[in-house]
Amino acid sequence: MGVALTRSAQWTAAGYGTGTLESTPLNEEILKEIIVFVEHFIYKYPHEAKFVFVEPLEWNTDLEPSAFESGYIVSETTVKSEEVDKNGQPLLLLSVPQIKVRSFGQLAHFLFIAKDTKLKEAQACIEGNRDPVVKILGSEFGEMKEDSMALNILNKISTDDDPENEIKMKIAILLKQLDLHLLNHSLKYISLQINLNPKTVKKDIELLQRFSGKGEQTVLESIEYTSDYEFTNGCRAPPWRQMYGEICYVLVKPHDVEALCITCSAEGVFLNGGKTDEEGDIDYERKGEVYKDLVTFLKEKSAVFSENMSRQENISNEEQKNQIEEVLTKEEAAVPQKAISSSDRLKKNHINFVKTQMSKRLEPSLNWRAKVDFKDKNLTKDSQEEKHGGKVEKSRTSISHGKVQLRKSVDKIEETISESSSESEEDEEQPDHRQEANADLPSEYWQIQKLVKYLKGGNQTATVIALCSMKDFNLAQETCQLAIRDVGGLEVLINLLDTDEVKCKIGSLKILKEISHNPQIRRNIVDLGGLPIMVNILDSPYKSLKCLAAETIANVAKFKRARRAVRQHGGITKLVALLDCAQNATEPAQSSLYETRDVEVARCGALALWSCSKSYSNKEAIRKAGGIPLLARLLKTSHENMLIPVVGTLQECASEENYRAAIKAERIIENLVKNLNSENEQLQEHCAMAIYQCAEDEETRDLVRLHGGLKPLASLLNNTKNKELLAAVTGAIWKCSISKENVIKFREYKAIETLVGLLTDQPEEVLVNVVGALGECCQEHENRVIVRRCGGIQPLVNLLVGINQALLVNVTKAVGACAVEPENMAIIDRLDGVRLLWSLLKNPHPDVKASAAWALCPCIENAKDAGEMVRSFVGGLELVVNLLKSDNKEVLASVCAAITNIAKDQENLAVITDHGVVPLLSKLANTNNDNLRRHLAEAVSRCCMWGRNRVAFGEHRAVAPLVRYLKSNDTNVHRATAQALYQLSEDADNCITMHENGAVKLLLDMVGSPDQELQEAAAGCISNIRRLALATEKARYT
Amino acid sequence: MNRKKLQKLTDNLTKNCKHFNKFEVNCLIKLFYNLVGDVPERPVAVIGLDRNAFRNILHVTFGMTDDMIMDRVFRGFDKDNDGCVNVSEWINGLSVFLRGSLEEKMKYCFEVFDLNGDGFISKEEMFHMLKNSLLKQPSEEDPDEGIKDLVEITLKKMDHDHDGKLSFADYEKAVREETLLLEAFGPCLPDPKSQMEFETQVFKDLTDFNDM
Repeated sequence: MGVALTRSAQWTAAGYGTGTLESTPLNEEILKEIIVFVEHFIYKYPHEAKFVFVEPLEWNTDLEPSAFESGYIVSETTVKSEEVDKNGQPLLLLSVPQIKVRSFGQLAHFLFIAKDTKLKEAQACIEGNRDPVVKILGSEFGEMKEDSMALNILNKISTDDDPENEIKMKIAILLKQLDLHLLNHSLKYISLQINLNPKTVKKDIELLQRFSGKGEQTVLESIEYTSDYEFTNGCRAPPWRQMYGEICYVLVKPHDVEALCITCSAEGVFLNGGKTDEEGDIDYERKGEVYKDLVTFLKEKSAVFSENMSRQENISNEEQKNQIEEVLTKEEAAVPQKAISSSDRLKKNHINFVKTQMSKRLEPSLNWRAKVDFKDKNLTKDSQEEKHGGKVEKSRTSISHGKVQLRKSVDKIEETISESSSESEEDEEQPDHRQEANADLPSEYWQIQKLVKYLKGGNQTATVIALCSMKDFNLAQETCQLAIRDVGGLEVLINLLDTDEVKCKIGSLKILKEISHNPQIRRNIVDLGGLPIMVNILDSPYKSLKCLAAETIANVAKFKRARRAVRQHGGITKLVALLDCAQNATEPAQSSLYETRDVEVARCGALALWSCSKSYSNKEAIRKAGGIPLLARLLKTSHENMLIPVVGTLQECASEENYRAAIKAERIIENLVKNLNSENEQLQEHCAMAIYQCAEDEETRDLVRLHGGLKPLASLLNNTKNKELLAAVTGAIWKCSISKENVIKFREYKAIETLVGLLTDQPEEVLVNVVGALGECCQEHENRVIVRRCGGIQPLVNLLVGINQALLVNVTKAVGACAVEPENMAIIDRLDGVRLLWSLLKNPHPDVKASAAWALCPCIENAKDAGEMVRSFVGGLELVVNLLKSDNKEVLASVCAAITNIAKDQENLAVITDHGVVPLLSKLANTNNDNLRRHLAEAVSRCCMWGRNRVAFGEHRAVAPLVRYLKSNDTNVHRATAQALYQLSEDADNCITMHENGAVKLLLDMVGSPDQELQEAAAGCISNIRRLALATEKARYT
Repeated sequence: MNRKKLQKLTDNLTKNCKHFNKFEVNCLIKLFYNLVGDVPERPVAVIGLDRNAFRNILHVTFGMTDDMIMDRVFRGFDKDNDGCVNVSEWINGLSVFLRGSLEEKMKYCFEVFDLNGDGFISKEEMFHMLKNSLLKQPSEEDPDEGIKDLVEITLKKMDHDHDGKLSFADYEKAVREETLLLEAFGPCLPDPKSQMEFETQVFKDLTDFNDM
């Protein structure tokens, strides 16, 4: 395998000595082949597998000693294999983290233990042992050249009769075969992988360029080469990089992520390090995975690209269809947008597109290879290069242009990631339609154009007159807003902000404040650099100016980029400072142009903070600037128009843990509750929303109750017209009802009846919360009865067929909670609810799966003829057992719990045994998750009740890890485990394993536990072990 | 001037002045005499700032540049039309100029803009006041066209009774709707920055004015 490793495997450029394998698909493929070879070695050549390597293979492993089981002597930090060589040295020696392995048998065993991390371990092994052949067989084999190999082997065999050498030879031949196989395989892989060539890359980029530009519909904002100069072979990379197969570098600016600098090379497309220094050199080092082409790469990087790409395809497909068939109905042609919304069509087209791209790529191209030596040609054509001098110069300028973009992008990468999820990007990418020249322009357009002319060419007096006149237009109307922009008015207005003329600034801001309600104008303002100037105005001594600036910022900062700009220019601190103005409530002595009430300043500040608080980093910035106490103070006022932005800000920020703590500390809950009683629905909504966010915390829930917030919440449930309010209120009720005391209050206020009434004809946002609240309430017997009496079970079961994932999670939980009541269960059963729950186990989302499985437990427990019912679901049991292959801990725990309940029925237990429940459970045994441990142990103890399952658990090595559960800190785990061990201890072999793993001492401690069941199980288990010991002794001595 | 006289003058003027307290009046009187130069032998009532001296103050201290407006401001201060601002005119004028209520300021500004004092601001007066407000653009044939247009715009905005000229009622209504229009035809009030500088200097520290 030496040849394959040195030639095919892609080592990083870091140099031979310390090189690491790159994680390319090709390397992965090679590693997989090696793993397969080693794993099969032990079966195919059992004799050779025992051969002891000349030198051990050494590397650093991530595997814990605890992962090793029988066949090894395990201690805290070391593991020795029981298998030793003739000198008594163990063949596998692990002293964390270094591992030494000296035979193929141990190697194979090790890989078996490594399971999921196989690939990583193999990689570490190959990296740690750059010449494995030498280590395995000794240096003389390493030096063999390929062609002389066979000859050498023959030579050796004839001269040597030593049996060990014979084995060595055989292994050498085997390794040689592997080497060949690897080479073949990687060749196959490479030819599949296909090289891109300059022509296809160019075609791709041209295609993308056609679909790029500003606006929502395009796939990218821009895509351009870093270099204008194209060599005769179609490449744009400098010749010395062409040596590495690189074709060109592209700067791509997608809509939703920062600019990417991409290398297109023959091997594929990947992200490079971007521009590095002043000279505009590109950092050529690969920074990400290799993708097969540009489109795949961008689809991976930009969600908007992938969406719009499929849309573009879709639209063009639609058009084609139109042309060819001419039967497409008018409606469909008229609203292609709507047509796209049918998701499966979209998907189909999406796939289509990928396919066409792929087939295009699949032809391997040798053209490129032939042209790699371009560098030499280039050297001989120096004179030609000189001719292109002008062009080269040009390319240089374009590079430096790209550099600026890139440096920006590096700054912003962290920002992009840190934006919070709560923000809405509804207005981020509005279509940017400029008005057509001369096409039916309204008269306002010309008037505004004239005014802008005076703005540009007038002194202060003329400017003020023009501004005042402009304000008289209907600025809420889009035609006027866009007219101002299209005649260049925005630039002038923003420039005015930068002057010393206070009156001009005020006039300009008054207009900007109005027109910035338009999403396009917002973006233009940000593009023109308006935000930093407005942020500076916040420092102005004139309060009215501050107010206007803050209000305008509030309007503009409705999208991510703007919010970031506000923060980066120190706007958050200044806005927070505005909140402080409301300190002295004295009115200014005179109403002047420049003065205004302090309260107004604070209100505007809060308004702007509300807009800004939709970004995560801004929330942090507000907190750091000391905004929370100020907001808390403002919350005590009674001005509605002040309270709304204040509560709005708090509600946005309450998504952060820090804030929730601070909100609690600042006694904000009290005021939130107070404002629930306000007349203003918007205020009520935000208060309820804030409570919803904060009530995750138990203390807060208590505070809401203590301040009497539950009653207004309950009474707000009757306002069913305002859906936003209803969603917020039901959300608050849901979170509050996590506390038992609150549920009692809600019952007092008859909220549960009302909630049941809200189960039908409500939007999903409301339903999710209503059902969530019912799920919490139904943890109590009385409420379960109420829900049944009010007829709530039917609508709940009906909701089980929905598709909204959050709703399904809540519905399953609520149904599960109801099912605890046998009478409820009867209704659920009649409505076929169990079947619906069962089918949700097939839901792709793990949360839904887990929640459904949890809900099934009480259903099975309380259903009348549970065993029969479960069997009646065709394929149901198999489905449940197969869920044990999931890798989500919650799903596993819930499925174990479900299996525990299913296994109560002997017949069902037999069926799931046939479906292989025992090995699957055993496989899970090595876990650290206490919740999973508990339910797993319960399932194991149940499953022991059938046939030879006890023995089977032992055979699948489930016993030793179970013993380790006894060291957990959770008594629930102890009880379940002790019971499982008790069941398992009925089998003699298991007793031995338990004893070996030190179960007896642990169990003895458990016998002293106050938990009776645990005591009993532990004692029973010990007695089984003891009895076995006595029996053996007896057998020995009689 | 002796202390007693000054004391009496101050008391006298403070009584009639809405916006300044005694100390402030005192300061302003001192400043006034500093500006005119203390000439004890002339009777107090006659001495004052003549047009040029006053315009100089407006220009240097309050940054005004428009000659015509400055002239009008002088007229506004010089209530008795004797060609110079005496000490009581000085105090009363500054009272409105610096601290006036919106009503007072409106009245003051309207007087300033009403060039011929007929109670209306006519189109011609507007044209006159705005004629320098636009940069001359070489491309335009008639440079006055823009000014005329601007006047029309202003009338459209402010002439509520549509009689082609602004009465005080028109003006007042427009200003109450949009305070920015207070100084619609040119700056005739101090801008807040220079006002603040002036006040802090005069009311805190008089010594600096000695060398003015």
